[in-house]
Amino acid sequence: MMNCKRATELLSEKLDRPLSTKEKVALGIHTTMCVSCRLFSQQMQGLRDLSKFYVKGNGEETNNDEKK
Amino acid sequence: MLDAHSSSNTDGKESAAMFHDAVFMEDLRMQMIKFAQLQVRDSQLAEDAVQEAIISAYQNIEKFGRQSAFKTWVFSILKNKLIDLLRKEKRYTAASELEEGANLNGDELIDVLFKKNGHWQKSERPQKWDQPEHGVENNHFWRVFDACLNALPEKYSRLFMMREFLEMETPEICHNEELTVSNLNVILYRARLRLRECLEDNWYQAEKSK
Repeated sequence: MMNCKRATELLSEKLDRPLSTKEKVALGIHTTMCVSCRLFSQQMQGLRDLSKFYVKGNGEETNNDEKK
Repeated sequence: MLDAHSSSNTDGKESAAMFHDAVFMEDLRMQMIKFAQLQVRDSQLAEDAVQEAIISAYQNIEKFGRQSAFKTWVFSILKNKLIDLLRKEKRYTAASELEEGANLNGDELIDVLFKKNGHWQKSERPQKWDQPEHGVENNHFWRVFDACLNALPEKYSRLFMMREFLEMETPEICHNEELTVSNLNVILYRARLRLRECLEDNWYQAEKSK
């Protein structure tokens, strides 16, 4: 059974490379049962979204950036 | 290349007017410089990249249609300039960049977060973050975000920004920085762990306890 440390490593790597089927399955089983790693997973995607937002607007509303 | 003044595109003309809004442009320029300096530490090089990006945007204004995303568009030009710079810079900085920082091999954070068996320490388990909308509208959030980014070891933040801000693909970063893929994966993992931890402690949980 995969532990949380390994699961978090894969949840980070998932953002940089496609995971293998084996990795996906093991990770899927782990996150189904582990609420902490589920949150971690959402937060990894959250960091990516925040980074995109940072580049786009640097957090400041301007007259020219409409939020969709 | 078309001269911006001769552009028959009306959207282009409206956008071109933004170049004459001194307050808007100065504000944009400062944001761009700040962004560039995070990634290119030579401030003269960073300012040059911003200057070039603005000129390039001005010259190519007819290629740009929608006013609403003007800033995004100018930033995308800047991103390409920075990627070019980082590629060139490789020749004389990659070696020094590869100096192993004190934190590169340090597993301290990982030891704090996880028990010996690899499961979360109870006190370190990720907590639910309130929806990001709570933060992104708030300038204070971005100050915390900046502070957390700056608190990362320099090498971590540089590679994180190449990946997430400049959206460079892993093989290119590895090639550029002379890193193996597994080396980069480890650094990005640690950078994200720290950033996650820092945001949770200083924003998400800090907000809750108010």
